[in-house]
Amino acid sequence: MARALIEALNLQIHYGGIAAVKGISFAVEEGEMVCLIGANGAGKTSTLKALARMIPAHGEIHYGAERIDAVPAHELIRKGVALVPEGRGIFARLTVAENLAMGAYHRNDKAGIAADLERIHALLPRLRERAMQVAGTLSGGEQQMLAIGRALMGRPKLLLLDEPSMGLAPLMVEKVFEVIRAVAAEGMTILLVEQNARLALELCSRGYVMESGAITVADTSAALLADPRVRAAYLGE
Amino acid sequence: MDILLQQIINGLTTGSVYAVVALGYTMVYGVIQLINFAHGEVVMIGAMVAFAVIAALAGSALPPAVILLAGVLAAVPACMLLGYGLERIAYRPLRHAPRLAPLITAIGMSIILQHLALLIWGRNPIAFPQLIDNPSFAIGGAAISGVQITIILLSMVMMAGLSWFVYRTRFGIAIRATAENVHIAGLMGVNADRVIAATFVIGAALGAMAGVMVGTYYGIAHYTMGFILGLKAFSAAVLGGIGNIPGAMVGGLLLGLVEALGTGYIGEYTDLCRWPGAADGGWMGERCADGAHFVLFGSNYQDVFAFLMLILVLVLRPSGLLGERVSERA
Repeated sequence: MARALIEALNLQIHYGGIAAVKGISFAVEEGEMVCLIGANGAGKTSTLKALARMIPAHGEIHYGAERIDAVPAHELIRKGVALVPEGRGIFARLTVAENLAMGAYHRNDKAGIAADLERIHALLPRLRERAMQVAGTLSGGEQQMLAIGRALMGRPKLLLLDEPSMGLAPLMVEKVFEVIRAVAAEGMTILLVEQNARLALELCSRGYVMESGAITVADTSAALLADPRVRAAYLGE
Repeated sequence: MDILLQQIINGLTTGSVYAVVALGYTMVYGVIQLINFAHGEVVMIGAMVAFAVIAALAGSALPPAVILLAGVLAAVPACMLLGYGLERIAYRPLRHAPRLAPLITAIGMSIILQHLALLIWGRNPIAFPQLIDNPSFAIGGAAISGVQITIILLSMVMMAGLSWFVYRTRFGIAIRATAENVHIAGLMGVNADRVIAATFVIGAALGAMAGVMVGTYYGIAHYTMGFILGLKAFSAAVLGGIGNIPGAMVGGLLLGLVEALGTGYIGEYTDLCRWPGAADGGWMGERCADGAHFVLFGSNYQDVFAFLMLILVLVLRPSGLLGERVSERA
């Protein structure tokens, strides 16, 4: 079994006096694609934000051999952790090309950046067509593609994806997940947070089910898809 | 003399200075939504430092151009340091405080800097030693001086340079990204502290140049000169759309033009003796006899125009001329 690339131990997140995440532990191994599913408000997005150090949390976060729970957020991408935030978080007033350039902001290898841009343009041809367009004028699906492309420009080892299907038409969701599948096929380690449980489980090898701040079930995707509780609560059966 | 052309030239000169100062307000506002009311004082300190150096060297055998350059080279780093210090000491500790706290601090810093200048340079205006001849050129019935040409050209160069920096360099894009969303920019590896400090330092460097230019233009520097100048540049930034860099440039130039034209014509248009029927009879007729004037508002109302513009913008178009934000539905 490969070693864990990221591991959270007893992770707790509070907003004011309210506990949003109540001491959860989980791990994602190198090359693995794992999902965190659950209802709205279960604490999935908070968990990802804590991993990306965007919000304070208690507990331990291990990244490879290193503890990263005290590392400033802006240093994480240098270590290889990229988050595609909920709601996409593109820079609406910057052009598509500038958004992608920001993804590679921490890098200094000009040739490598150019090669990655070429690779991302091949994967997401729309971004090449719209390079000079202001990102705020893109459609929701294109913005999601841009957010993923921008994260990939940082050449991460671990990709944290927060609700990539949110607010998109079903056809666009298909396209976005195709892109995620292609990225995973290249060996990227991915932790996916998704409300669309079926879509997520069909894509990932393993899943954690979160309910009001705690992980209630953890199993392989196949087992979760067959689990009557999961089927009843999250797969609409 | 052609008043229209002359006032356009004068307006472009002061407008260029307003634009350069307004950039300092707008850049800082864009990144941390703070109106740095101490920015006008940074401009004043720039003028004071430059004049102090120039006055000290005026008696020496150095060529005048070198003395002038020495003044600028002293003022710019001094102000950059001051801008950095302001951010580091006064504003950074209040980064997460309620919005009102840093705003009041900014007003406090403005007062402190003014009085610091008063202590160092005294309450009398410092006169700028006449080092270099200021030739005057005639164009189409108006006059433009060498200083005016220099101010306009230098401002254009600085604005072009800043635009290049902000729109074409990696760090410039990072500044704009941070202005849009500091948390997301952080995910890209942008150190927000560094970007914020940079906006203060760049704004202060531009402010120092503006201070030297405006001091040279009027021939004096005074510890209160930053106050009105700062307020006008702030008005210019709001006029263009606060937080918007091209807006500050357009707003500054426009404000300068409106002010100059307003000042140039207000006397003529508020001269009651020129109003139709006013001089026909009665005491007004006597008052206006022999081509006399009865001016309600003279050119000493110069400062009114900037603030009139500010009020009009705030009432009619609070987002400013170019301040319309791209829709960021996400």
